[in-house]
Amino acid sequence: MKVSAQEVQYIAKLARLEIPEEDLALFVRQFNDILGYAGMLGKLDTEKVEPTAQVLPYGNVMREDAAGTPLTQEEALSNAPAQKDGGYLVARVMEGGGV
Amino acid sequence: MKYETIIGLETHVELKTATKCFCSCPAEFGGEPNTHTCPTCTGMPGALPVLNKKVVEFAIKTGLALNCEIQRYNRFDRKNYFYPDLPKGYQISQLFLPICRGGYVDIETDGATKRIGITRIHIEEDAGKLIHSGASISDSDFSVVDYNRSSVPLIEIVSEPDLRSPQEARIFMEKLRSILEYIGVSDCKMQEGSLRCDANVSIRPPEQKEFGVRSEIKNLNSFRSVQRGIEYEQIRQAAVLDEGGKVIQETRTWDEEKGVTHSMRSKEEAHDYRYFPDPDLVPFVAEPEWVAKIAETLPELPDARKERLTGRLGLSAYDASGVIARLATADYFDEAMKHTGDAKAVANWILGDISAWLNSNNLEMRDFPVAAGNISAMINLINKGVLSSKLAKTVFEEMLKSGKAPAEIVREKGLEQISDAGALALAVEKIIKDNPKSAEDYKAGKDRALGFLVGQVMKETRGRANPEMINKLLREKLS
Amino acid sequence: MALYNLPAHELGNKLRKKEVSSVELTRGFLNRIAEVEPEIGAFVTLCGETALESAALVDAKIGRGEPIAPLAGIAGAIKDILCIKGVKTTCSSHILDNFIAPYDATVIAKLKQNDAVFIGKANMDEFAMGSTTETSYFKKTKNPWALDCTPGGSSGGSAASVAAGEAAWSLGSDTGGSIRQPASFTGTVGLKPTYGRVSRYGCVAFASSLDQVGPITRDVTDCALVLNAISGHCEHDSTSYNLAAPDFTKALTPDIKGMKIGVPKEYFGAGLDKMVEEKVRGAIKHLSGLGAEIVDVSLPHTEYAVATYYIIAPAEASANLARFDGVKYGYRAPGCRNLIEMTVKTRTQGFGNEVKRRIMLGTYVLSSGYYDAYYNKAMKVRTLIIEDFKKVFGKVDILACPTAPTTALPLGSMLDPLSIYMLDVYTIPVNMAGLPGISLPCGFSGGKPVGLQLIGRALDEMSVLRAAYTYEQSAGFHKTAAPLGGVSA
Repeated sequence: MKVSAQEVQYIAKLARLEIPEEDLALFVRQFNDILGYAGMLGKLDTEKVEPTAQVLPYGNVMREDAAGTPLTQEEALSNAPAQKDGGYLVARVMEGGGV
Repeated sequence: MKYETIIGLETHVELKTATKCFCSCPAEFGGEPNTHTCPTCTGMPGALPVLNKKVVEFAIKTGLALNCEIQRYNRFDRKNYFYPDLPKGYQISQLFLPICRGGYVDIETDGATKRIGITRIHIEEDAGKLIHSGASISDSDFSVVDYNRSSVPLIEIVSEPDLRSPQEARIFMEKLRSILEYIGVSDCKMQEGSLRCDANVSIRPPEQKEFGVRSEIKNLNSFRSVQRGIEYEQIRQAAVLDEGGKVIQETRTWDEEKGVTHSMRSKEEAHDYRYFPDPDLVPFVAEPEWVAKIAETLPELPDARKERLTGRLGLSAYDASGVIARLATADYFDEAMKHTGDAKAVANWILGDISAWLNSNNLEMRDFPVAAGNISAMINLINKGVLSSKLAKTVFEEMLKSGKAPAEIVREKGLEQISDAGALALAVEKIIKDNPKSAEDYKAGKDRALGFLVGQVMKETRGRANPEMINKLLREKLS
Repeated sequence: MALYNLPAHELGNKLRKKEVSSVELTRGFLNRIAEVEPEIGAFVTLCGETALESAALVDAKIGRGEPIAPLAGIAGAIKDILCIKGVKTTCSSHILDNFIAPYDATVIAKLKQNDAVFIGKANMDEFAMGSTTETSYFKKTKNPWALDCTPGGSSGGSAASVAAGEAAWSLGSDTGGSIRQPASFTGTVGLKPTYGRVSRYGCVAFASSLDQVGPITRDVTDCALVLNAISGHCEHDSTSYNLAAPDFTKALTPDIKGMKIGVPKEYFGAGLDKMVEEKVRGAIKHLSGLGAEIVDVSLPHTEYAVATYYIIAPAEASANLARFDGVKYGYRAPGCRNLIEMTVKTRTQGFGNEVKRRIMLGTYVLSSGYYDAYYNKAMKVRTLIIEDFKKVFGKVDILACPTAPTTALPLGSMLDPLSIYMLDVYTIPVNMAGLPGISLPCGFSGGKPVGLQLIGRALDEMSVLRAAYTYEQSAGFHKTAAPLGGVSA
């Protein structure tokens, strides 16, 4: 299964990344190398094998519904690149240019 | 052409837990922006989720109340998409293994009972809130994010496409709210967003077997908008088909003010949520013993309550439905019934004067200031002939003002009904004497004159006379 | 021997005997850092001032005659993937280069309770994605045994700082070998605990089902001491074992008579450097000489581990790194007119190529239409890898094998991602199965250290530590200090 440059660009879009045109060919090649290597898994018959998402068996892990101490607004926003009125300030949500 | 409308609802319910779904921040509504947050619910690097046990209990409780099968083995998945109100870049949800499957809700429609299937119920976390700088999202040059609501626990209740009209959809939502209120898992405040729904709507010609292409309507924030939004959508889709067009599968948003749905258009990027099991949370098991314990905590549900009211208490189905729809009202009724035997009168007061007063003051039953026992005491006074129905209104208003017991009000204001034949006879004689013309008219067969004379006696006694006795006395004297 | 080359437990003894104060020790490390750091480049951030403050508090305790914890007053380096409240936590990435953690990782909180001193935040591959520490946004870290070589990765800064005498001990994190492989390359001891033994809360997630924090130290005794301090149940980590950890120093007895040590044949195949093989086989013979019973075993699915890993780890990473969007913290691309542009530019400018590649891979294998072919398939093969280990551990107590197929490689020599990935071929299966694994020096090849890896059953760090300690005390390779530039690659 070969991945095309177009597919790589689609994946980049899903991941909110940009692959510059000049790097695209190399990126596609490396992508295919790795996926090609991963293709070896196809050799294994896993029809009757259960998937493992986590290694160890656990009992139920839950906490009681008891309130802790939240961060202060100042602490919460201490790393905000931009803030306004106690919130995280972000650029215009809709596409297109703002002012 | 006439079409049949097919509707399925996806209802999001914010659970009434003390803390959030995966961290110990308070889940309560409101607060200054970003004061109910911690590293976990703001997606700080390195922070991890731990499941709130109460959330699972509430989900199971809801499943049981909606006649679902509770799944034993459960897991959480990550739903991946980018939006600034989603701090981790994924929402923790349950795609592959929802905790409840295959239930139903019975609704009353046109006097008949209709069963609406529940496909599934799953647990997920809420997103934060974006506050836009402008009047709308597209007018805004910037937005501000508040994560107070981020990771508040939700359950999503997905119905089967069993609903056939906007009216049914509304009734279904109202029934759902009743049940959720009764079992105490949510505040169910649509205006605060603790109960909200998306509707999948399609139409088909009556002879067609398969469903038409559906659109998903979002932003249905009140029972009224559920009905109106779907009404609009069925007309819109019918117009498209009548003109020979095709309905396209899309997400549309309901504009309450303009009364229309708009396409959300953002289809250029396909939704590919890349669900996978969340490795930060371990699978959990709902053992039958645990589920049974939760089942024991289920209260009497709306249907059972209604049956009790129509059965033993003899209310009409209509009155019973009115009383049981909201938990606070139903509880008020039950409380009142501890102090009187007159169910019909209690229902009448609740659905009549009390409802009217609440509506005109824009309040809910839980805000009603008069103790249920006082309403019962008032009813008892009426039934004993101590208080006239007419003066009961005065007592009711005084109770609203002062909160005093009805007997006290009657005494203080001297509102006690005069049923003493001797005292009334004097008043009747005086009125006949003062109004000879009317007395003659009545004798001459003009029945209307009697009404006038009764009114005069009432006036003379400042409304306290027992109207039946006056009637009787007048007739005797004038015959 | 210079104090900075002594293991932490010996320094602790000197503190308790008042031969030296913690402030003196800490100044000693800071001087050593000033001297060698320009050549080594092990740190992203130095915490000299707060380190001296912590040291003074420990000295005051000692002065009052109060008992002190084993690591109290001893300077350690913390991989820059772990949050220390009020300190920059960058993951060696541009996207976090101004992020100041507002909370302590659980392991940090535990170490603070032990009065440990944090001398600085150690360099690493960006978001722990790499095996050479060369993907760091900030700098390349050099191997103290051969300055033109990589210290390995991703915990290269942690390993190099200990090997160079810049810290007495360090913490790393290990997702596919990131503690053990740099330990192997730098002649230090690195332990990846059983998955769930140590809290991941506050360790910036790379691949959540594989990540585990652990010590890199000068010897096995220190390894047990650090593990004692950091392990145990954490209420903020759902994947943390809810059971009390044993006292790992109890494993420090030089006795492996009758211990069954398996030697998996798949770990000695093509790609293994001849000299490395010789040293590791020599170490196994040595273990046999110390009374262990050596058993040949097979883990037939080993060859699939790297492929499995490069599906599962990027898949988890693609979601874990979605939070870096420029909204809440870290870097935000300037001058963006709308949100999508802001997110895309922030991530494109903020992440390095290797991180982007893995996010893309992970996004791809989870995307609609490929989930079953890649992600679900990999989860199934993971089951097969786990079953291999289960079978083998029915027959033997621990496994012995090389940590890495080579010794430290020259900087800049690995250009092809796939060949870098193959450096983790012997360490990845251990993460896949969530088992404890240790790397410790077992000799030198061309002047560069060779690492021996010992793998245990889940939750059986004790057997691993006991075998490692027994070998170390007998072989003595831990006593040789890195020459710092004395050897060329």
